[in-house]
Amino acid sequence: MGKKEMSTYHRPFPNTWWLKRKPYVLFMIRELTSVFVAGYCIFLLVFVYKLTQGADVYGNFIDALKSPSSVALHFIALAFVLYHTITWFNLTPKILVLYKGEERIPQGLVAGMFYAGWVVVSVIVALFVLGM
Amino acid sequence: MAETMKLEIFRYHPEKDNEPTFQTYEVPFLEDWVILDAINYIKDEIDGTLSYRWSCQMGVCGSCGMMINGVPKLSCAVFLKDYYPDKIRVEPLTGFPVERDLIFQMDDFMTKLTEIQPYIIRNKDEEKPLDEGEYLQTPAELARFKPYSMCINCMLCYAACPVYALDSTFIGPAAIALGQRYNMDSRDHGRDARQELIASHEGIWECTFVGECSAVCPKDVDPAAAIQRAKVSSTIDWFKDVLIPWGKKK
Repeated sequence: MGKKEMSTYHRPFPNTWWLKRKPYVLFMIRELTSVFVAGYCIFLLVFVYKLTQGADVYGNFIDALKSPSSVALHFIALAFVLYHTITWFNLTPKILVLYKGEERIPQGLVAGMFYAGWVVVSVIVALFVLGM
Repeated sequence: MAETMKLEIFRYHPEKDNEPTFQTYEVPFLEDWVILDAINYIKDEIDGTLSYRWSCQMGVCGSCGMMINGVPKLSCAVFLKDYYPDKIRVEPLTGFPVERDLIFQMDDFMTKLTEIQPYIIRNKDEEKPLDEGEYLQTPAELARFKPYSMCINCMLCYAACPVYALDSTFIGPAAIALGQRYNMDSRDHGRDARQELIASHEGIWECTFVGECSAVCPKDVDPAAAIQRAKVSSTIDWFKDVLIPWGKKK
């Protein structure tokens, strides 16, 4: 109503924004790790499928997995999955906010429960795999 | 000669400039000066045309937010000595249109803040007459939302949010955190009224949890957490809707 629109300057926001500060780079790495988590899930499905195809097919598959490139890929995937797990476990207490009366349950304790669960599940899987 | 420091300041005059420029000023270096003191010195002693917002100079009013070397900060809360002897680059908060120099347009934030209805909404039949006194609340109930109520609307969280810079339709950290602050208030019944906006595409689901909004917040509001918690409650709503469709809506 008679108010003159002021001309403003809109600054460009380049696609390289995430390279400008370390927290943004770490965030982008966390996003990228999802690709490896999804990729490894697909790999596990293929693994199960090969298992249904008989001893020969499964044996050949296992042999292929022992190749240096496959082992290297597994280590890379492991690094990304660990990064994914640790960063998300550390963020969990922000989402899972628990109170005891007026006092908030310490964030370290909430994250700690997840780490403890991780260890327990890993031990169970290890025992199962090692056939103990 | 006394020690000095250089400030490289973003300049833009809407009637004269098509593009912004950077102007470097040399200011005295004093141990107890914050960046806002140096900018005030420039305004008073060197160049009166420099425009910027400030008021309380004590981290309460939320007016003096600026990008300091690319990081959103209250310029009254960062000391020159933390950057000495390097040059400090000062720009208006990222993500907002610039009106002049360090002054940016905050209309978009103000609109969103209003839309989120950041006040106590009571059910019509549960509104108490004034003479019956205030709605009571236990300290435990207060503790649930108190951190989210500390927001001073400084907009640093918006400047830290790449999602908002890329798509300004995003409701953004502070407005959602304030919505969550009222949603979690035991005296409030307005969650359903806010939910349409909060759970919309422009609301919480736009957020990718970069988390920098919380990192730069001068009042430890933790808007990133507020948004993720709103995602959890919205997801629970959805499951209730799908799994118990006959369930009575609140």
